[in-house]
Amino acid sequence: MSEKPLVPAIEGWYTMAAKPHLIGTRCEACGTYFFPKQHQYCRNPGCDSTDFREVELSRTGHVWSYTNACYQPPEPFVAPDPFEPFAIAAVQLEEEQMVVLGQVVAGIDVADLKVGMPVELVLEPLHETDEAIKVTWKWRPVDLEK
Amino acid sequence: MSNEIAILGAGMHPWGKWGHNFVQYGVAAAREALADAGVPWQDVRFVSGGATVRCGYPGYVAGATFAQALGWQGAEVNTSYAACASGSQALAAARNKILAGECEVALVIGADTTPKGFLAPAGGYRPEDPDWVRFYLGITNPTYFALYARRRMDVYGDTLEDFAAVKVKNSRHGSKNPRARYRKCFTAEDVAASALVADPLRLMDICATSDGGAALIVSSLDYAKKIGKGNAPRVAAISTVTPTFASGVVEMPDIATDSAAAAGIEAHSFRSMLPLKAYEEAGIGPEDVSLAEVYDLSTALELDWIEDLQLAPRGGAAQLLRSGDTAIGGRIPVNASGGLACFGEAVPAQALAQVCELTWQLRGEAGDRQVEGATVGITANQGLFGHGSSVIVRK
Repeated sequence: MSEKPLVPAIEGWYTMAAKPHLIGTRCEACGTYFFPKQHQYCRNPGCDSTDFREVELSRTGHVWSYTNACYQPPEPFVAPDPFEPFAIAAVQLEEEQMVVLGQVVAGIDVADLKVGMPVELVLEPLHETDEAIKVTWKWRPVDLEK
Repeated sequence: MSNEIAILGAGMHPWGKWGHNFVQYGVAAAREALADAGVPWQDVRFVSGGATVRCGYPGYVAGATFAQALGWQGAEVNTSYAACASGSQALAAARNKILAGECEVALVIGADTTPKGFLAPAGGYRPEDPDWVRFYLGITNPTYFALYARRRMDVYGDTLEDFAAVKVKNSRHGSKNPRARYRKCFTAEDVAASALVADPLRLMDICATSDGGAALIVSSLDYAKKIGKGNAPRVAAISTVTPTFASGVVEMPDIATDSAAAAGIEAHSFRSMLPLKAYEEAGIGPEDVSLAEVYDLSTALELDWIEDLQLAPRGGAAQLLRSGDTAIGGRIPVNASGGLACFGEAVPAQALAQVCELTWQLRGEAGDRQVEGATVGITANQGLFGHGSSVIVRK
């Protein structure tokens, strides 16, 4: 196991806790959530607020749909050698009423997934640099071990 | 109807991977459309081009580029950029000019030369760019198409065989289209044997990028009558609406949808909103449509479009396909041209190519792929997030 430090692949988009959350913003006037964060203008056409608060988004949701990447994506994706296919899920967050994409944890393929399945947010390596292991958010089925 | 314009001529350079300058495809398409219309180039007073962002500065000012290539003759020019809907926006600009009484005849034109391989975003560390973010996380264009396809399977019970049947049908249509890039009749076995790209979609479920060019000569109804073409097909509606907040289907290149958490806000599907304005503007309904040209970026997406156009109830498109209703000879043929499955996508030309096909079909000039008795055609098209279009053409 590498002794490199774990650092976020994208700074400020998620907490680095054991039970991590995506960090979004919420409009103080109308309650619309934004991920990625939005601080300048509210995109609700009925709201002209410029007042936003950073919030941690729900770390659980239900699978809206899912797929995988069988071919190596182009840069800036950093691929392991050899390339390993990975699954991707679009996840519906109830409270926020939005769908967020992300990779699915290693070892889970499309055969293990189903629309409507409950999942939770975890952190896993995206790639390594000389100095650090860059981690990102990934979706993980909640009922994995039973 | 007072807001109609006539389609006097249509022209296309065949789609392919020719590697030539995009201007030459556009000029070939324009010359074919002019000859088809029987209109001299000097009579065209407005040149409305769809921009290509892949071919350098001449592509950004496509209207002027084509006007110069065809020979400057003092016409006014316009260039529209709206991703896959660029051609429709260029058509809308020409319609506005004609209906405002500022010109009688316009050329609408789009052409593209596509690079090989993936279109990768600029490098560096740029998390403010959603395109950079999604590629960094390994999310490519087929990811989105596959998410929509898989949802159809899990929610409506569509099968891999259904998706393959779309490809088989479209390849049969395209085999009869001399302008199509792929003219081989593929089988379900061919599709199943192609490589898995993004489960459940295989290579043959996903459209390629192509070079191509398409052009239309459009005019006022008065001008059409004056030159003896009062019966030419007419553009009855052009919808280029944006989504309605909250857009609830995750769209390229975004990593998340809008949030529908605020009071009074509901999640909407952008694709299903696009034809609503078109039907309303034309004063017709889905029951009046003879044929549809839809943006089959993937086989499964054709089934989504059929429902978005209300040609089948939600979840019912596969049944329509299975019963043969979407094939030529069926009740409502879809992609009689062969669609993107047989053409591949030439972005600024593609929405115009859809209108070219409807024009030939409504004139009864589509040869072996003719939809008998066609009187009304509709297109549907959508690209990067808020860009899409739906055009209705009728006799």
